[in-house]
Amino acid sequence: MDFATLIQILDSSLRLATPLLLACLAGLFSERSGIFDIGLEAKMLISAFFSAAFAYTTGSVWLGLLAGILASMVFAGIHGLASITFRGNQLISGVALNFLASGMTVLIAQDWFQQGGRTPSLIGRARFEGIELPFAIGPSDAEAAGRPLSELLAEAGPLQLFYSELVSGHSVLVYVALLAVPASWWVLFRTRFGLRLRAVGENPAAVDTAGISVIGLRYSAMVIVGLLCGLAGAYLATGLQAGFVKDMTAGRGYIALAALIFAKWRPWHALGACLLFGLLQALALRTDVVEALFRFKLPVQFLDSLPYILTVVILAGFVGKAIPPRAGGEPYVKER
Amino acid sequence: MDVMPKWADVLLVPVISLILAMVISALVILGIGEDPWAALKLMVQGSFGSTYGWGYTLFYATNFIFTGLAFAVASHAAMFNIGAEGQATLGGLGVALVCLALPWPHWTLALPAAMAGGALFGAAWAFLPAWLAAKRGSHIVITTIMFNFIGAAVLNYMLVNAMRPEGSMDPASAKFPDGTNLPTLHEMLAVVGIPFAKSAPANVALLIALLACFLVWLLLWRTRFGFELRAYGKSESGAIYAGISPTKIIIVAMLISGGLSGLMAVNNVMGEAERLVLNSVEGAGFIGIAVALMGRNHPLGILISAILFGFLYQGGAELALWTTIPRELIVVIQGLVILFTGALDNMVRMPIERLFLWRRRSRQTAGE
Repeated sequence: MDFATLIQILDSSLRLATPLLLACLAGLFSERSGIFDIGLEAKMLISAFFSAAFAYTTGSVWLGLLAGILASMVFAGIHGLASITFRGNQLISGVALNFLASGMTVLIAQDWFQQGGRTPSLIGRARFEGIELPFAIGPSDAEAAGRPLSELLAEAGPLQLFYSELVSGHSVLVYVALLAVPASWWVLFRTRFGLRLRAVGENPAAVDTAGISVIGLRYSAMVIVGLLCGLAGAYLATGLQAGFVKDMTAGRGYIALAALIFAKWRPWHALGACLLFGLLQALALRTDVVEALFRFKLPVQFLDSLPYILTVVILAGFVGKAIPPRAGGEPYVKER
Repeated sequence: MDVMPKWADVLLVPVISLILAMVISALVILGIGEDPWAALKLMVQGSFGSTYGWGYTLFYATNFIFTGLAFAVASHAAMFNIGAEGQATLGGLGVALVCLALPWPHWTLALPAAMAGGALFGAAWAFLPAWLAAKRGSHIVITTIMFNFIGAAVLNYMLVNAMRPEGSMDPASAKFPDGTNLPTLHEMLAVVGIPFAKSAPANVALLIALLACFLVWLLLWRTRFGFELRAYGKSESGAIYAGISPTKIIIVAMLISGGLSGLMAVNNVMGEAERLVLNSVEGAGFIGIAVALMGRNHPLGILISAILFGFLYQGGAELALWTTIPRELIVVIQGLVILFTGALDNMVRMPIERLFLWRRRSRQTAGE
């Protein structure tokens, strides 16, 4: 495998890791506050649809992003209503919302666009285009030189190739996702809000005794979840791909959940886990490389299921123990 | 302790939740510019209006009875088995391997063998999550979700690389031999002279599902193990104090649950498709959760709500056929039913409890 191929694979790993990372951080905030969320998938999907639909209708990807985030927040709000206010089963709520998103998106898409449950393809300003960082070789250089981009990149040195292809040229949401990692770490571990949020996931009674609202903290976690999942879904439909198709999240919400466990509920480790799972997804798309690397035919299904297998191994506790926040999944009842 | 009488708990609350889900579904149908009343009439007509409709409704219901029972058994032991989908997928593999292994002479011989194969594979797929939960404290929800995906990958691999007949592009197994074809309701009822639609897929597996309902009831409420299982589900510490082994309960409950999920394949793989295809379970594993929730984890309730969901499925298919409403409407209704009967249960329960409390108080003051 040559250097250019490696860079290509890492580049697509980063793209594929981005929605995982955003959803994983969303799950981090939710579970740290004591709310299990197996409905990450639902929020990504509903955001993917509404971002694509609004981006297409208005012609502005930013309005699309806004619509996606709002839709995702509505779903986070329903999850909050069920699991915080009405103290229902958080797992059941997640399952229900996954169904609801999967059905609603197709239903509305069919009613709105009549294209078999998908949005029309997004072009131009209705999509997030790659950002060219300074000194990187990008499409504008190719246009100026009048030659295809791949030719220019083939002539570039390794460092320039690394910078132009891997660091530069991604849509703004990729950089936002990467910045969200230190931001999440800072919020969770360096602010008063973060301390309280972590406390409410471990021992809500103690937080309540200190005169801080458990309900308020958990709902604010839901708002963050809505925001992050909204970004993840919008990236899927307007960055990674150009439009919404039925069930386009394809289990990413569950992979993000797996990454969260893999990372043992820590932000920086979440970055590592999501990049690893992104790499696995990228490799599953390039079976020729995998074959050259391992010298025998590795079934693509094995690569597809590797994130899940790794998570089960982690959960089994043979490689360090994954201990979730203690109050996770339990609705808080004030003593009367 | 109990504020509500039992009938309110098992009947009133689910029915009100169901009505709420239906009202919102009607609003959704209105929202996409269709007439909810006409849609409902079409659904009822399509699923109960003919023996053909009944045949499909009962076929779907059979699937849901198996997965509903599977969820309920695990649920009574306080295990949230979300993995029925994967267990039923593997059950399909087990049934297919048995059916293709021998040139079966008659279905009466093939059926017990296929049932054993399906149940064994389904139970095996539940074993590892169960063992990890009992011995290593791994969260059963996450492990069973992961096993759903791993199961889908295993099936995909088997169909594409191992079971696909030579020269076929379709990721599906060969057709099962004729000796494994299960009698449909048409053939069974013809014996007693009742006419029934010929092309409907409901088959003898329905009777097995009904038998499974009875056996699960017997197991949970009439055996010592069932008592231990429910005791463990109510209070882990209490059960341990009474000398009940948590490891045994968790593993056996999950094996039964996985076995029931796997048995579903007798209906959909052996009874209908007569070959193994990708995604043959079609979400029935998840619908089992809704069915068990609505049926309050009781076999009789599960039977009734499985028929209700069978109606939803067949009615939804009819809707998609005759109107412009996409088939995904069923998925929406399903989501709403799970949301209202499961997650938002307290939203309905709290006001009703308050009502009963108020009635009791006013009666007490009147008596004084």
